[in-house]
Amino acid sequence: MKEGTPHSGGVPGFFTGLSMPIATHVADPGNDRSRIDARNDALFRGILRVCALLVLAALLGAALSTLWGGREVLFGDGWHFLASSQWNPVENRYGAWAPIYGTLVTSLIAIVIAVPLSFGIALCLTEVAPLWLRTPVATAIELLAAIPSIIYGMWGLFVFVPFMAAHVDPMLDSTLGRLPFVGALFRGPPLGLGLLTAGIVLAIMIVPFISSVMREVFQTVPARLKESAYALGSTTWEVVWDIVLPYTRQAVIGGIFLGLGRALGETMAVTFVLGNAYDLSASLLMPGTSISSSIANEFNEAVGLHRSALIALGFLLFVVTFVVLLIARRMLRSLKRKEGNA
Amino acid sequence: MTQFRRIAFALGVAAAGFSAFATAADVTGAGSSFVYPVLSKWSATFAEKTGNHVNYQSIGSGGGIAQIKAGTVDFGASDKPLDAQELGKFGLGQFPSVIGGIVPAYNIDGVESGKLVLDGDALAGIFLGKITNWNDAAIAKLNPGLKLPDAKITVVHRSDGSGTSFNFTNYLSKVSADWKAKVGEGTAVEWPTGIGGKGNEGVSAYVKQIKNSIGYVEYAYALKNNIGYALMTNAAGKTIKPGNAAFQAAAATADWAHAADFNLIMTNAPGAEAWPITATTWVIMYKQPKNAANSKVVFDFFKWSLEHGQAQALELDYVPLPEALVKQIEAYWQTQFKH
Repeated sequence: MKEGTPHSGGVPGFFTGLSMPIATHVADPGNDRSRIDARNDALFRGILRVCALLVLAALLGAALSTLWGGREVLFGDGWHFLASSQWNPVENRYGAWAPIYGTLVTSLIAIVIAVPLSFGIALCLTEVAPLWLRTPVATAIELLAAIPSIIYGMWGLFVFVPFMAAHVDPMLDSTLGRLPFVGALFRGPPLGLGLLTAGIVLAIMIVPFISSVMREVFQTVPARLKESAYALGSTTWEVVWDIVLPYTRQAVIGGIFLGLGRALGETMAVTFVLGNAYDLSASLLMPGTSISSSIANEFNEAVGLHRSALIALGFLLFVVTFVVLLIARRMLRSLKRKEGNA
Repeated sequence: MTQFRRIAFALGVAAAGFSAFATAADVTGAGSSFVYPVLSKWSATFAEKTGNHVNYQSIGSGGGIAQIKAGTVDFGASDKPLDAQELGKFGLGQFPSVIGGIVPAYNIDGVESGKLVLDGDALAGIFLGKITNWNDAAIAKLNPGLKLPDAKITVVHRSDGSGTSFNFTNYLSKVSADWKAKVGEGTAVEWPTGIGGKGNEGVSAYVKQIKNSIGYVEYAYALKNNIGYALMTNAAGKTIKPGNAAFQAAAATADWAHAADFNLIMTNAPGAEAWPITATTWVIMYKQPKNAANSKVVFDFFKWSLEHGQAQALELDYVPLPEALVKQIEAYWQTQFKH
């Protein structure tokens, strides 16, 4: 028990760098064992630090090298690159607005669809479904996460696109497309390809990520909290909304970020179903392009300024992801503050 | 114990195999993906005959040019020729290797493959987004007797940078001043309309799926995927069906004699039987190679393939160069390259 005490005391202190005084306080100065422990602790701390710094270094390295690779366009063309939607390799004039727009819109559609769906799946698996069903379904969802994106892309192209073209697009065009303002979003020829299709395929791809994180954290909610609420006469919905979700909110949002990150950066599946056109169109049924699919499409044959523009697009993906996460974090903080006041 | 022996034997065989590789020359090339299938086939046969291996990496024309300029490969291959200035600056020479045709591929209900006729103006009009319906007068006048639907045209182009796009846009620039002014030519261009498919297979898939669409693919892809392809009216005013003879006619009638370093794009060739969108891939090499032995193997390889590789090229739906052109290439080798 003697060596257990300094160890367990050292763990919380370890992160704040205060483990040493605790360790020396408990340890017997003549005891070799505690000196070895202290040394191992220091070593362990060093290794952990290197691991954490490695991530930072990799991120910084990637960001800086894309910034460097794209410098000709980013610093040469400046605002034109950010503001213009023209992408003309013949005359070497590049604007990133169309890919940025496509990336944001497809990811937004994906999140809007995937979050409620994942929430439902996770709830069903933790609160509603019979016990014998939970593990098989959870395993199936995790298997879905392992499917390579090119498979989703091919499924999208050969199965889902014809379905959208034959059924969904014409239906949207003739119903929602007739509405005054919102209608502009749903008007267009029944191509089957486009922003909406890409968003839906992305949603299917990120559902496994979000729902398995949600399921894991929903399971961590102490049974006595839920049981107390049930005992007070709450419905399942009230328990979920007022007990489970507030208890796990931080981790749930982390899971959504994970899915969002994947949606923003997804390449192959999007390339197959997005239509790859540098168009800015209000309609979700029209083709567009995304940052990552532009890079995947054109990098092979790009030279000179064209290549620089594509690398600069890669840098912009960093920036876009960073800004999106920042906004999401801000929203989370204001949500917390509101709750504190209430 | 027997298993151990078996493994030891296998390792020995593998080692012997590696040492065999090491003694024979091992040359490398990189570039255009268009020629990759035929080059790998030729390379396998060539290795059987001579023991020399030609490794070709299909990294794209731009990459191939960059690699040969950097001197990391023994030859580069590009769908777009280099101009005299660039060749001179790096001491490079280039020659065509094999021919392929690019065809407009369409999917129109009730119009069978090979029934639709287009000319350069109509094709440029469609890809510019000016001709938006299949029953437009510009298409109808080329197709008397063909009932074209009153349907919107969906244009499909390549989304990736490619030599196919380069030759296609080069042709449109030659036949349409409007196209030249508004879009121009390149491996990737700013397409005025339409959707992009990745690779020949991507364009084929889109054209097959989207009704009333038109795209452009290599002839072999249209054949293999059973996509309808259009006939074209060529520079001589004759309506031509795509095929090996028509592609070869384009190569034969193109004015190679007056093109220094074979710097000539074969599109819109003048011959009466020539298919207007015919393309080739250039092999690019140093005139004074650093590694003369490797360079010799590359010459042997291309000499063998130009003279004896035709059958294999045809199997893969490529068209061998016409004999007169092969003679010119061999003369070019004699005068320009140090062996």
